[in-house]
Amino acid sequence: MSTVNIQTDTKTHSAYQGEPVINDFALMIATKNGSGSQTSNEVLIRSLFRMGIPVSGKNLFPSNIKGLPTWYTIRASKDSYIARRATTDIAVTMNQDTAAEDIANLPEGGVCIIPQEWKWGQTRPDIIYYEVPVKSTLGMSDIPSDFRDRIANMVYVGACAYLFDIPLDIVRQALLDTFNGKEKPANMNFGVVQNAYDWSKENLVKQDPFRFQPLDLTTGKILITGNEATALGALFGGITVAAWYPITPSTSVIDGVLDHKHLRKDPETGKDTVAVVQAEDELAAIGMIIGAGWAGARAMTATSGPGISLMAEFTGLAYFAEIPCVIWDITRMGPSTGLPTRTSQGDLLFIHFLGHGDTRQITLLPGSVAECFEFGWRAFDVADQFQTPVFVMSDLDLGMNIWMSDPFVYPDQPLNRGKLLANKEKYEQFVAEHGEWYRYRDYDKDGVPYRTIPGVDHMRAAYFTRGTGHNDMAVYSERGDDWLQNLNRITQKIDNSRVLLPQPIIDFDAQNEIGLVSFGSNDPAIEEGRDRLAAAGIKTNYLRVRALPLAQSVKEFVLKHKRVYVLENNHDGQLAQIIRMEAAEDTRHMISLPLGDTLPMTAKWVFESVMHGENK
Amino acid sequence: MPNALGLERQDYRAAQSTLCPGCGHDSIANQIISAAYDLSLPMPHVVKFSGIGCSSKTPAYFLRGSHGFNAVHGRMPSVATGAMLANQSLYAIGVSGDGDTGSIGFGQFKHLIRRNVPMVYIVENNGVYGLTKGQFSATADEGAKLKYYGKNELPPIDLCLEAIISGCTFVARSFSGDAKQVQTLIKAALSHRGTAVLDIISPCVTFNNAPDSTKSYEYGKANEIPLHQIDYMPRGFVPEREEITVKSDYELIEVQMHDGSYIRLKQVDKDHDPRNRAAALSVLEKAQREELFLTGLIYYEEPRPTLGETLNLVDTPLSALADEQLRPSPEALAKLMATFG
Repeated sequence: MSTVNIQTDTKTHSAYQGEPVINDFALMIATKNGSGSQTSNEVLIRSLFRMGIPVSGKNLFPSNIKGLPTWYTIRASKDSYIARRATTDIAVTMNQDTAAEDIANLPEGGVCIIPQEWKWGQTRPDIIYYEVPVKSTLGMSDIPSDFRDRIANMVYVGACAYLFDIPLDIVRQALLDTFNGKEKPANMNFGVVQNAYDWSKENLVKQDPFRFQPLDLTTGKILITGNEATALGALFGGITVAAWYPITPSTSVIDGVLDHKHLRKDPETGKDTVAVVQAEDELAAIGMIIGAGWAGARAMTATSGPGISLMAEFTGLAYFAEIPCVIWDITRMGPSTGLPTRTSQGDLLFIHFLGHGDTRQITLLPGSVAECFEFGWRAFDVADQFQTPVFVMSDLDLGMNIWMSDPFVYPDQPLNRGKLLANKEKYEQFVAEHGEWYRYRDYDKDGVPYRTIPGVDHMRAAYFTRGTGHNDMAVYSERGDDWLQNLNRITQKIDNSRVLLPQPIIDFDAQNEIGLVSFGSNDPAIEEGRDRLAAAGIKTNYLRVRALPLAQSVKEFVLKHKRVYVLENNHDGQLAQIIRMEAAEDTRHMISLPLGDTLPMTAKWVFESVMHGENK
Repeated sequence: MPNALGLERQDYRAAQSTLCPGCGHDSIANQIISAAYDLSLPMPHVVKFSGIGCSSKTPAYFLRGSHGFNAVHGRMPSVATGAMLANQSLYAIGVSGDGDTGSIGFGQFKHLIRRNVPMVYIVENNGVYGLTKGQFSATADEGAKLKYYGKNELPPIDLCLEAIISGCTFVARSFSGDAKQVQTLIKAALSHRGTAVLDIISPCVTFNNAPDSTKSYEYGKANEIPLHQIDYMPRGFVPEREEITVKSDYELIEVQMHDGSYIRLKQVDKDHDPRNRAAALSVLEKAQREELFLTGLIYYEEPRPTLGETLNLVDTPLSALADEQLRPSPEALAKLMATFG
């Protein structure tokens, strides 16, 4: 059986002896997949959030329906750090298969909460054990036998509530949040929490220094997964056709569209303005959104690496025939089937150049759930504006884990349909101004032509769309000059997008000699890592790339530093490769730091990698 | 003579064909042109789809006033599905080949039917790959011979059979040499609210037109057995009878289509009622077993809901929704955000 090695810091808690550790530690809950632990973990995380303590949760789950080990880590941070933490101070071991390893991974001074009935034995003298009777506590509650296994996990919620000071009324509220306000399941679960709390209070002697204390750092914030944020963004961006094929970890994007489709119901008829089709495979899913985009819909699919591979041919067609559509890649570990439930940023190069022949696909790179929402709507505008597929690369960590965020900002621009001659009037007006209309003629000298859609009620508004060679009148052509003119224009169009795509987020101080470059979900780890580096005397600047092709400022940023580290979560340093491709002679001082260890990046890794690079 | 839209037949033509002279596909394109002209189809509201292959080139040769989409090999069905969701008010005509539909796009063909995407799906079936110079396709007869590839040892896939078992509600077989039947079936198919599959044997004059090939002109002309004489009466036609009737001796079947038009089948083969699924399957079995070239409307039933109906979509084409229908209000976002706090 495979297990996950959770890195531990070398720092031990013997340093904390005598003084409490408040709101700055991490718990790890080890359970079996499908045992209902997702609910109890969510209750814990929501409780802390309700206490006003900044939290983050990471689910390390197997590609399995039931039985394989799952680990959930919850981090509380008074400093609002929401990256994964390498150290987990507390292990709730509810899975006998992994308990030995879970206990072995605890740092000195750590805490182990373990079912009493296992009679596991306290083999490590340097950690604190709390043995909690799971079975008998469940027995005290009047739980129907069907629910027993699933509710067993509420025992550790109750024990944690007592041991680490989580008020029970807050746990009850969190249960109601988790069950969407339904009293019956919330009460049934709360009964177990209460009994476990009472038992713990009666029988356990608090020996560890860890404690939660209410703060006011989550007021006005929200908790949401990136995939749900993406779905909401799409719905506010005017999505009309979604076609998809289920694949981990992207599935919850379309689930989110279905869950919130009511936002877009026609109020008069109650009918839908969004068509969601579960396709027979990714080949069909991409075909459907390309057909829909061609015919004037705002069309989107969500997939992951293997699906992207299947979509390669079709997206090449859409690139060459200039059809808008949006493809979300929630990346997971590749190559091949890889690790379907582990995070990665390994599709960057593949996506950016997806399609045979000379293709360069516009790619957006959200770094937070708020950006998942923003790019959720903005991607449609970009696709329409440049008449091309737009890829958005999120990842499993960003997409499937719960993140704390400011509430999402309403789109600051109206829908941008680009150069769309959507009806007869617009078509006729264009012809009146230009004397003609040809589909691929570069009237504005910006590489972006004007397009019509089926149903534009004019006999000359139609054109023939093809992936074969064509001239600017959309007529089949095998002429070399037609080919070059067409591809040159498309290249120009993609190059022009650099200044209009989301620009990098740059934190720059001319005093600093070291620059960090990264993208996507690494952001919290990089920011925390920078704080640690600064504390160690290394002040850094930071640029977070948000789109490909690269903005000009990326090259400028690289040039302004003595040393630049490109930190990313893949094996081959793919962003560094892209930067080198675009600025080869200027990148000798650039150091690629790829991680790719299947887990979300940590500040510890950022700190140690840069320190190592600086020979410190 | 101009039609109801004031258009001449030639207005429905498009680019000059680049197929081999005498190709069966060109005569099918001509029948599409005639049908569209006769029915006064409004070209801006028609969309043409195809995949890759000789057949898939033909949408460039008919209906110049219609948008066309020459997709990737075998995957025209998914493109058509998406486009017809974007705009349910369009008429769709897809043209595919036996390689496109019977091999690389077999899955998409069947799933298009399963979803009942409203469109006319024409397979120009010649049993051979033309553009790559003469390989067998999956519809080639067992024992068929080709110049370079010898004898085909594998049984053919019957696309009509596949269509019926996938849930298709309008399935016909025809022969490109039988212009009248092809044209009538196209008209009837255009009136059908659902996927209508026409498997039209369409000889390849270059690679598969030897007299012993069942996909040749000579074979077709000599062996075609129409199951019935089929007539199409457009909307506005007043039928002789007030109700849809069937005479017990199967001499005449009249079916009213959703758009108000009628199809009338005369001199019906006694063993075949196209409204009976089991009979349709059995007539195809018989044709295969006895090597009969049976043509006509093999199967018809009242169409199931279309994909757009199944999805409960608004009547306005999704492509024509106003911005305010595409973006919920700031208040809606604020209300939503409160639920995540």
